[in-house]
Amino acid sequence: MTEWVVQAEKLDKLFDDKQGKTHALKGIDFRAEKGKMTALIGPDGAGKTTTMRLICGLMDPTGGSLQVLGLDSVAGAEEIQSRISYMPQKFGLYEDLTIQENLNLYADLHGIPQDTRKGRFAKLLDMTGLAPFTGRLAGKLSGGMKQKLGLACTLVRSPDLLILDEPTVGVDPLSRDELWIIIKQMVREENLSVIVCTAYMNEAAMCDHVYVLNLGQMLFEGTPQELSQVAAGKCFEVDPPEELPYRVLQGSLLDDTEQIIDAVPESGTVRYIAARPGEPIPTLERWSLTPRAVDPRLEDGFMILLHQAADLEKTRIPLAPLDKIPPRPAQNEVSIEVKDLVKKFGDFTAVSHTSFQVHKGEVFGLLGPNGAGKTTTFRMLCGLIPATGGKLSVAGENLRTARTEARAKIGYVSQKFALYTKLSVLENLQFYGGMYGLPRKKLQERIRTVLEEFQLTGTESHNAGDLPGGYKQRLSMACALLQEPEILFLDEPTSGIDPLARRMFWREITDLSCKGTTIIITTHFMEESEYCDRIMIQDHGKMLIIGSTDEIREKLHKPGANMDAMFIDIVNQSRARGEGAAQ
Amino acid sequence: MDLGKWKEIFCRQVWYMCWKEMLGTFKDPRFRRVLLIPPILMGFLFGYAANFNLENITYALLDKSHTKASVSLAAHLDGTDFYHRVATLRNEGEIADPINTEKAMLVVVIPEDFVDKLEQGQNSPVQLITDGRYTMTSSLATAYTSRIISEWMLEQAGREPPISLQVRTWFNPNQLTRWFFSPGILGIMCFIQVVLLSGLSVAREREEGTFEQLLVTPASPVVILIGKAFAPVVVGLIEGTTLLLIGTLWFQVPFTGNLLTLYFAMLLFFLASAGVGLAISANCQNMQQVQVYTSLYLVPNGILSGLFTPIRNMPEALQVLTYANPLRFALDAFRRIYFQGTGFWSLGYDFFPMLIIALATLSFAGYQFRHNLN
Amino acid sequence: MKDFFRRLKALTHKEFLELIRDRSSLLMGILMPMMLVFINGYGVSLDVYHSRVTVVMEDMSPTAHDVVSFLDGSEYFDPVYVTSMKAAVDRMNRRETEAILRVPPDFSSRLHQGDAQLQLLLSGIDTTTAMSIQGYVESGLAAWETRQLNARGIGMVSVESRIWYNDANSSTWYFMPGLIMLTITIIGVLLTAVIMAREYERGTFESLFVTPVRPMELILSKIIPYFGIACIGVAICFFLSRHLFHVPVHGSLWMIVILSVIYLFAALGAGLIISVYTKSQFLACQIGLTVTMMPCLMLSGYVFDLRSTPQIVQWVGQILPFSHYLICLKSLFLAGNIWNLTLENGALLSLYALGFVGIAFSITRKKVG
Repeated sequence: MTEWVVQAEKLDKLFDDKQGKTHALKGIDFRAEKGKMTALIGPDGAGKTTTMRLICGLMDPTGGSLQVLGLDSVAGAEEIQSRISYMPQKFGLYEDLTIQENLNLYADLHGIPQDTRKGRFAKLLDMTGLAPFTGRLAGKLSGGMKQKLGLACTLVRSPDLLILDEPTVGVDPLSRDELWIIIKQMVREENLSVIVCTAYMNEAAMCDHVYVLNLGQMLFEGTPQELSQVAAGKCFEVDPPEELPYRVLQGSLLDDTEQIIDAVPESGTVRYIAARPGEPIPTLERWSLTPRAVDPRLEDGFMILLHQAADLEKTRIPLAPLDKIPPRPAQNEVSIEVKDLVKKFGDFTAVSHTSFQVHKGEVFGLLGPNGAGKTTTFRMLCGLIPATGGKLSVAGENLRTARTEARAKIGYVSQKFALYTKLSVLENLQFYGGMYGLPRKKLQERIRTVLEEFQLTGTESHNAGDLPGGYKQRLSMACALLQEPEILFLDEPTSGIDPLARRMFWREITDLSCKGTTIIITTHFMEESEYCDRIMIQDHGKMLIIGSTDEIREKLHKPGANMDAMFIDIVNQSRARGEGAAQ
Repeated sequence: MDLGKWKEIFCRQVWYMCWKEMLGTFKDPRFRRVLLIPPILMGFLFGYAANFNLENITYALLDKSHTKASVSLAAHLDGTDFYHRVATLRNEGEIADPINTEKAMLVVVIPEDFVDKLEQGQNSPVQLITDGRYTMTSSLATAYTSRIISEWMLEQAGREPPISLQVRTWFNPNQLTRWFFSPGILGIMCFIQVVLLSGLSVAREREEGTFEQLLVTPASPVVILIGKAFAPVVVGLIEGTTLLLIGTLWFQVPFTGNLLTLYFAMLLFFLASAGVGLAISANCQNMQQVQVYTSLYLVPNGILSGLFTPIRNMPEALQVLTYANPLRFALDAFRRIYFQGTGFWSLGYDFFPMLIIALATLSFAGYQFRHNLN
Repeated sequence: MKDFFRRLKALTHKEFLELIRDRSSLLMGILMPMMLVFINGYGVSLDVYHSRVTVVMEDMSPTAHDVVSFLDGSEYFDPVYVTSMKAAVDRMNRRETEAILRVPPDFSSRLHQGDAQLQLLLSGIDTTTAMSIQGYVESGLAAWETRQLNARGIGMVSVESRIWYNDANSSTWYFMPGLIMLTITIIGVLLTAVIMAREYERGTFESLFVTPVRPMELILSKIIPYFGIACIGVAICFFLSRHLFHVPVHGSLWMIVILSVIYLFAALGAGLIISVYTKSQFLACQIGLTVTMMPCLMLSGYVFDLRSTPQIVQWVGQILPFSHYLICLKSLFLAGNIWNLTLENGALLSLYALGFVGIAFSITRKKVG
């Protein structure tokens, strides 16, 4: 007989506060088996985090029954909380404490005896690669290291149930791999039961059982294979013609809501899901392309489910059709010029001698592991911090010293989605528009446009702080685009965002680049580099490689390789070289 | 870009910045309550509490003389309006109780040889015992009672005093200290509020991560500065108006000056206070630090402002320090406008220092905004 | 029970580390009391010395000079002599003088008739100074009259003022107990008001809640370090005022310590209630400062004697715990052991401490959202 660690029946959660009522969970059934990994996936605002919090006894359900480890989640909350481990989206590390002190705190709270502790810490620190840094303050760690430390803190002892809420958000592929290796090793060695929420479909594919949650309702329950099979026979890939950027073909396919459910650029091709396989697809006919059938993946099944559930009239926005080959980014018009850029914080070199150019209308990707210097480079470009050495110009000016007009030409979306949480969506837009000096009439018009483009219509009066992650991201984009900037800076705009929202985000970027906007972007989803014209990979402040994804594939002699693997290769090679040189 | 266009954009930015700050301060009903209700309550409470005039003197009497004269003296005291005898003592041993339990502010001891000495042409002392734990009450009760005893003495002797002192107190004929404290309370309460609010505003944006976003927009630090100072100044003006109304309407504190001059003084004062708050804020990474530094600033400056004790009584070195304290000048200006009706042009003594403090702190804060990231 | 202490120790250790690394709270614990003691010792005095009095001598006779001679050489006055009223009023308008004493031309001639007049004009802007000056001038004149009468063999009733419990009647001593109260209140309430709210806002509680931790341990771990800081603060206050300003301690030192500890618990409890209730640093700072600084100065009996206010204000003062603490402290420092007063107020303070800490316990739940 199967033993369940979590059993939820008709679970209901209604938030009722002054902001209004939100029905977060509408009577869902959910079970997690002992000793297995259960994934919970779904778009933003589906109710995933609420489910997790309910299981942890951090909130009380408003209906239905919820049993965790055989205990009622309300009456037995204290006992549940002492037997399970929970890693929230943003793990609450104490930033003024060192790695060791954070670990000690959780070990003490869980009452781990000193003798077992030693071995456990050594193992965790070794697995997470944090061993050399135990004396460093948690606040000084990069995002990936923070997540690893958070995981280590939740694993100081073997819990009866491990709950992970998007454990790899904002974490680079290298660290993400390492995190999953740790989780899988723990599951294997200690027979852990795990529930995980994730936005990465390949992570969900590693689990034993998958639930798909959407708008507080369960859409699907089954194994990852079963979820993939939903898309059986509907998946194809196609090579774009010369001169046509992947993103344009992908966008053009995506616009065809009749025939196409989903499309993404991938490993030198464009992959799509056909709604009615066999029927002609106008886009492919326009460029006379022949698709090849491919095996379905979990993500495909997920996209089909969401596609069925969503009201598509509402989710697709009218953008300019992508039926022409857009002009190549003008080589002679340089938007961003960086020469020999250096940034030092004390002895630490965050960015070392980096030079590159970004041309007008180009989509330029800045990739690298956490702590590689991407954000520092970004902040220098935006004029937020001064460079230690080198030259940089953005739209012909150094933004640090530039007059305000120069800054009017750029838009900036920071990692944390800098929104005024107490202000409503509309008020945020009005404020940023005002800061960009838009006249009232023009501002109203722009607000109407961006609200539509980013599908925020209807949320105008919600407080920005109460929006789910994807909405926040869209709102920050909308704010940055109000003044129609010539150059758009995007610092990890897609982290923590579900696939559906990411498709729309990139469709928007494609549209902007067709209009001639220069875009410079950082991301931890390596497959997203396929949308870029060129990418640059940084590590330890140094530039490792620069070029289009095809060029990079060629350079590494790996045709058709996926970017995740290539990225890991490039970074590991460089690190090995670095170590070799050091020895 | 031509000047007209530039001005238009600048004004628009300032408008939206101020609008946003107002929303951030007043949109949340919890913030509204916390900002607006306490000043009203405290205005009334402090209005009553801040008073050095004794309106009710409780005293105990130990009459060891038991003569006609001593009884008459006691009767004279009892007959005086605000004297209330709470105990009549029989011996020295009973003096401690009414003092210790705070029942009596004063014990009047008439010695056995009270009349004898007078008849012998000697000075005859009456002992007034007061409670040193309340130093102000103690000295006032002694002073009032001495005055009443001399009156009684002259009445007994049936003659006029050889010298009569005509006292005229300008601007406050009855020497009501409640009047004196009313503008002071207005000043210090607004001071605390404005400094804290402006101090928190930047730190709050830092913690939420919106401050960088603000710096990337074309808005210049001046715009940010104006916006950040705007909401605290408005809160200050609302609070100031509330306290002004409570003072003049409920406590009948006279207001002889020009209302516009008063508001100008308030505006200047709040700008200087907001500047101090922003300068603190620009150098703090989180709200706890703001909390610590603002209270480290507010407590000494509140005490050394001349609110309770005259600045002239302080040692030179401390007096010099008070020149950097906007509250000191604001209190002086407020009192002069309230009671003396001093006009705008005669208040340069107070306006200039506040203006200088405002300019210095605001420009320091503006500079720090750009240069203190990370 | 063993678990309880282990977790409490871990949390307290964490709290200590954060405190040491941020440093601003420590600064508050050390700098605030030092500043208060020095300002008070050197700067604040209710006594008015060297008041600037302009004397208009319209009568230049020796008698007139004799009458006003009490102004010269007194530490209370800095007299300036002028001959015309206009000059004096000008000085007043230029803020160079606080009072004008006018000796009219016919002063000495009318003095012989027994109906001489002197005019004292005071600037009422600073009313307390005006009151003091009037008092000093009156007693100066009274002393002159008494001397005159005595010379003629007539006895007068004189007043012999005895001030109990503050022999020198120095306001330095008077204010010192209040400083300790101010230190404890500000440190206790302000610092704790932010710390819980900070954890709610930064999301650190979400991970901490899903551990065997109990709310009681969370609260205690917040109380202990700040208790330590406040103790340092009080010790500094006490040490400096004893050694620099020789403030006497007439009562039991142990009683002072015990009452301070009880009061400190009340203050910390109040801070935690604010923190847990608001869950927002902004609101906590705002409320924290509103309920401590001004009410402490105004309603505790620190500066003002509430006995001359309307009953309702006295009640409010009685509801606030700091008045009870202050009267105990003042008595123990300046008066000695007044047991019934100390015990009664001490019992009340204990109730407050228990109540506040108890409420803080009962409203802390391991829930989010």
